[in-house]
Amino acid sequence: MPKPADFDKLTPSQKLEARLAAWQNHEGIEFANKEKEQEYRFRAQILTDVVKMKKPARVPVLIATGFYPFHYYGCSCRDAMYDYDKLGKAMTKFHTDFLPDAVASPGLYGPGRAFDVLDYKLYHWPGHGVPENTSYQCNEAEYMKPNEYSDFLKDPTDYFLRFYLPRVFGALEPLSALPPFTDLQELPFVGPGMFHFGLPHIQDALKKLLKAGELSLEWITKVGQIETSIITSLGLPKFQGAFSKAPLDVPGDTMRGTKQILLDKFRRPKELLEACDRCAQLMLDMGVRNSMWVGPPTVFFPLHKGADSFMSPADFKKYYWPSLKAVMLGLIKEGLIPFMFVEGSYNQRLDIITDPDIPAGTTIWYFDKTDMKEVKKHLQGWACFSGNFPSSLLKTGTVDQVKAHCEQLLKDLAGDGGYYMVNGAVLDEAVSENLHAFVDMVKAYKA
Amino acid sequence: MSKELIDAVVDMREEDAVKIAENLLNSGTDPLSLLDDCREALGIIGNRFAAGECFVPELILAGEMLRQVGALVKPRIEGKSSGAAPKKLGKVVFGTVEGDIHDIAKDIVEFMLEVNGFEVIDLGVDVPAAKFVEAVKAHKPQVVGLSGFLTLAYDPMKNTVQALKDAGLRDSVKIMIGGGQMDDQVAAYAKADAYGKDAMAAVTLSKGWVGVK
Repeated sequence: MPKPADFDKLTPSQKLEARLAAWQNHEGIEFANKEKEQEYRFRAQILTDVVKMKKPARVPVLIATGFYPFHYYGCSCRDAMYDYDKLGKAMTKFHTDFLPDAVASPGLYGPGRAFDVLDYKLYHWPGHGVPENTSYQCNEAEYMKPNEYSDFLKDPTDYFLRFYLPRVFGALEPLSALPPFTDLQELPFVGPGMFHFGLPHIQDALKKLLKAGELSLEWITKVGQIETSIITSLGLPKFQGAFSKAPLDVPGDTMRGTKQILLDKFRRPKELLEACDRCAQLMLDMGVRNSMWVGPPTVFFPLHKGADSFMSPADFKKYYWPSLKAVMLGLIKEGLIPFMFVEGSYNQRLDIITDPDIPAGTTIWYFDKTDMKEVKKHLQGWACFSGNFPSSLLKTGTVDQVKAHCEQLLKDLAGDGGYYMVNGAVLDEAVSENLHAFVDMVKAYKA
Repeated sequence: MSKELIDAVVDMREEDAVKIAENLLNSGTDPLSLLDDCREALGIIGNRFAAGECFVPELILAGEMLRQVGALVKPRIEGKSSGAAPKKLGKVVFGTVEGDIHDIAKDIVEFMLEVNGFEVIDLGVDVPAAKFVEAVKAHKPQVVGLSGFLTLAYDPMKNTVQALKDAGLRDSVKIMIGGGQMDDQVAAYAKADAYGKDAMAAVTLSKGWVGVK
């Protein structure tokens, strides 16, 4: 179904209904056969039911994957980033064999060759700083200096172009010498503003940028083909749509780094709060802009620096929550569903996140290590919730342990609807028998 | 003892703490007494952390203040005996296991162990099992701490414990694990002695193992 012409005039809940219907009706997707189409519709329906906090026909089960599909298939983690044939085969085998209720994105792993060309410094990735069979990991550093908050606040795009990106991509370091593009004004200004692009080292950086663009285009084309093939041949919907971030995590994760952002609340609290407000606008725009009409109407947030272990409830209320809530409310207004992945634990924040300003049935909360009984107590009837099946059990436990834990979680959490099952942390390591037991147990569960 | 300095550190007034330390040194106060003051303040902060009254940002800032006061004091005590330092409760060899480069949890646990009287030998991140074995041989610690953030750390933790066993060192140390995706289940898998859920748990475990309440 095409996007209604009067979409912008709809209320937020009408927009949400229209988006959900477009996703469920899979506009533009041709399935392998009628049976797969029906399976897609069934899965999209049970996922929609839990988002709306209803009791689904059966509890949906998802697998949050890291590099596990490649261990399972028998290729390296590096292959996932460099060999798209193996990427496709591994992801297809994983989905075919385990059949979760939604697609785990093959786009999670990124184009390794583009990173090579760019001399990407922000991460170590398999075979580049960490062993070939190890997942990628962030190289935290102060990529934004403490005295640069004002430059970032003044013009985030200019700051990214001339300060931040030249630091995280070695190949783009020459761009740090460029003047701001706002210099290009009247005719006499153009020559002096433009000659920099004739300098050999700047041209070299731009050539690398073009090459990285080509390599990324090749990658995203392949990723799209792999994903479409999994959706159409297996009848699995996508459940994660666009991406966004908590505003404080923008400087916190990859610009200032964890230690520095936690110190900034003492050393430059006003600038930190201003940065959160500025990033709220950017993150709302990113979430809305990247939401595809035919895709799931969810916007996924991996939440980091607001976890129990990183700050007090009072600091969470002051520094983390207001700007995050602003982004969430902005998305909800557009008929989008903020899909919050709480990494670490939020045992001390459940009272705060269940904010009465956030309408019931408009968000999804996926927990890593939060106490799920408390989650249910706080979130039941307000939002869909999931998670905290320990990844440790899938790797180091027995089939019986997995089944017992699964059964207990289902008994404790699933009875009233609004719940789906998923492992707590993204899965890099697992015993396949355990993962089968996990999926099968949930599918067989009768509430 | 300067109550003013202790209060500034405990109250997280970084600039004041450094200024007070400078003034004390300029007015001829024994430099070593400033370190005692910092220890006192860190003890109070550690207790507040254990009680859930302060959090990781406060520990990080406290560490920063200690570093800055230490840098002021250092040139004035070079050559002097630092006899004021209390006897250590024990030694802990600590590191993030092979393949994992996360250091935040490791640094916080190490800081809390030091604040609570332990000598910590920090092996850094992405530490191969053989390096743990070497460090245990060289430093003869009572405790080994294995840190890891991701599920990829499960096997390196297991391998490290096994390497210590193969080197005949397993019975000489107690081994604790901790970090993002660790739990009791992983401790059993790795054949470690215990899992610590946070920095205070690491302190409690270590104190128990060296026989201190």
